[in-house]
Amino acid sequence: MTILVIAEHNNDALKTDTHKVVAAASAIGGDIEVLVAGANCGAVAEQAAKLAGVSKVLVADNACYEHQLAENLGLLVADLGKGYSHILAAASTTGKNFLPRSAALLDVAQISDIIRVDSADTFARPFYAGNAIATVKSNDAIKVITVRTSAFDSVEETGSASVESIDNVQDAGNSSYVRSELTVSERPELGSARVIISGGRGMQNGDNFKMLEEVADKLGAGVGASRAAVDAGFVPNDMQVGQTGKIVAPELYVAVGISGAIQHLAGMKDSKVIVAINKDPEAPIFQVADFGLEADLFEAIPELNSKL
Amino acid sequence: MKILVPIKRVVDYNVKVRVKSDNTDVDLSNLKMSINPFCEIAVEEAVRLKEAGVASEVIAVSIGEKACQEQIRTALALGADRGIQIETDAKPQPLAIAKMLAKVVEAEQPQIVLMGKQTIDGDNNQTGQMLAALTNMPQGTFASEVKVDGDKVEVTREVDGGLVTVALNLPAVITTDLRLNEPRYASLPNIMKAKRKPIAVQTPEELGVEVANSLDVLKVEAPAARSAGVMVESVDELIEKLRTTAKVI
Repeated sequence: MTILVIAEHNNDALKTDTHKVVAAASAIGGDIEVLVAGANCGAVAEQAAKLAGVSKVLVADNACYEHQLAENLGLLVADLGKGYSHILAAASTTGKNFLPRSAALLDVAQISDIIRVDSADTFARPFYAGNAIATVKSNDAIKVITVRTSAFDSVEETGSASVESIDNVQDAGNSSYVRSELTVSERPELGSARVIISGGRGMQNGDNFKMLEEVADKLGAGVGASRAAVDAGFVPNDMQVGQTGKIVAPELYVAVGISGAIQHLAGMKDSKVIVAINKDPEAPIFQVADFGLEADLFEAIPELNSKL
Repeated sequence: MKILVPIKRVVDYNVKVRVKSDNTDVDLSNLKMSINPFCEIAVEEAVRLKEAGVASEVIAVSIGEKACQEQIRTALALGADRGIQIETDAKPQPLAIAKMLAKVVEAEQPQIVLMGKQTIDGDNNQTGQMLAALTNMPQGTFASEVKVDGDKVEVTREVDGGLVTVALNLPAVITTDLRLNEPRYASLPNIMKAKRKPIAVQTPEELGVEVANSLDVLKVEAPAARSAGVMVESVDELIEKLRTTAKVI
């Protein structure tokens, strides 16, 4: 039984998502190999070789993999994947993009977003916005899986796997990269932040998020938002925490002016400690909060900022 | 240019589902059902492309029991021209759905397949990508902007950390994210008109697809409930609790 983990990276550095997917692979058991597909991604391969539990790193270094285009990556993973018992990737926007293509080409199902490994063929995954957890058994010869990274702890970088270049160029030629506009932020990414402070419709406008940013900087926190705040145009969508945004599970989650709609709770209710600040005592967010403060956020947040 | 819009009937997004007491599934009896929100955004985008003169015909297709014709009618009321229902009670999983849609694509030859990125029941986020792979089409998933330009389409995608724009050769599959558009409300005259638009009914057998699901759901459980927390009276008390009780700051 050999498991293929697809590395998540930006050609320069490995993302911690990969450390967590390897942890899920370790829970399944068996040999673990990591595929790094990219362009000029040698540094990423060196880093992947250090992941504990990994026996081999395969590097497909070609211009056609530079931007992780789903058409090319889907073909590569389907071609390589034939020889493996399991293929795992993070349930990130990259993993979600290419892996179902590989599964379809291999004529097997994909199990999305697993949060628990019960055995080599049985996994738990949330559905209905996390209001139900299904235990799913796969009858396919190759198990294709995306992993909810917030549910697994990173493996250490204590290993020393071999690194092997593979010559496998799969260029579908029907898509191309045009441009990207990535948010530049000094603050930690939501997926890996230890503390997250999020604002909702109660923030009233985008400028008021500056108040949250000040508190975030004192706590070393990432800043998130509810779908209501995104829909209202206060902040960009990549800040969205929820069923249709990012799923997070930090040590501390502070919800400010967020009522607690089902779809928001789906994205944060596995946080270790939840704090809710809301002026409506009936807000459903208080039902999941460890500590609730019924207060006007425009008074409470500046006070919190001054006292931290 | 034809646009095919696959849609799904799901429990309404405002409804909180409960797990059945025998842990076999969630209980959907007597709950309000609607068109999946992402599918509705896909219908809206297709209709806008038609209104802009880019598309000539919008076809809504749904797979499921007879009741899913209600959601096809919703799509027709929003501006789709005709519907296709693939009737099955088998609750097909994404791969089987993608195989059936691939047959519809083969028959209809749309230049664009516009569909939701995920359904709010299964939360799988797979079907569009699988359909694209099976039909050898490129894909633009999680779209927040779609621009058709000749025989190409530029899709801006919502990704972790920002936006990425890709150019795809047509035909292509596009899956919608929330910010692509805000769907209109169907007007009463359009709802009436939709009743006269045609819906063709086919079966998986007629399409030559066997609905075989390779995943067995062994058990469905409610998530672990969070224990009730405490209300604090002041910011000072909150900071004190976080420092000494929870020890997280």
